Amino acid sequence: MKRRDFLAGLAGSLALPGTALAQVDPLDPLVGGVTNGAPVKKGKVTLVLPQLADNGNSVPIRITVDSPMTEADHVKSIHLYSERNPVRNMANFYLGPRAGKAEINSRVRLAGSQRVTAVAKLSDGSFWYDTASVVVTLSACLDES
Amino acid sequence: MAAKIQVPREAKRGEIIEIRILIQHPMETGYRHDDVGHLIKRNVINVLSCRYNGVEVFRADLSSGISANPYVQFYTVAEASGDFEFTWIDDEGLQGSERQSIVVKG
Repeated sequence: MKRRDFLAGLAGSLALPGTALAQVDPLDPLVGGVTNGAPVKKGKVTLVLPQLADNGNSVPIRITVDSPMTEADHVKSIHLYSERNPVRNMANFYLGPRAGKAEINSRVRLAGSQRVTAVAKLSDGSFWYDTASVVVTLSACLDES
Repeated sequence: MAAKIQVPREAKRGEIIEIRILIQHPMETGYRHDDVGHLIKRNVINVLSCRYNGVEVFRADLSSGISANPYVQFYTVAEASGDFEFTWIDDEGLQGSERQSIVVKG
């Protein structure tokens, strides 16, 4: 094998897993209940979580969706999913054109370090998502206090 | 259920206003045990809604994945003077509500 071929092959094998991850929604079966099989694309949604949370009982979360929020083009709902919580669908928020701005701030409970996903449903029927990973030092649900 | 809800007292017509809701509620997950080892029943606020002059502008389904004393912040466009009516209900059927008024100028 030529050195050039070898390097090209190596680059290809390294690139593949990355693209595969970007296309597959990690929470597909759960999200399916909301989307009814429609594709969920990455983008438009921005999910902000702290990288490190000392206490999983209360972790600030911000979800924003890039949308003009007009009658013709607005966000209908935002769904929050957790990877490791016993109840994986943490919350659903229903908005409309009267919201003016598609942004929600809240605080969530997280049972351990995990990836959180936010899925937004737009008025044109498309779905968009974003994920954020958070390291939780003290997990919720486990302490008996 | 005590709640602290912040709505601006006045706004310009068409302005996007921020609404903050903080409700005093344990949001019992149903996974914790009491001192004698009995499971504490789940009791969370499952629906929270906001009506602006009678029209629903925001609604949230919450679960045990939301922190105790749930905090929710969202936005709406100030369209006319009037009332914001907030209602929520928990698993035990206990209902809470609060009313706030706004003066819209211009």
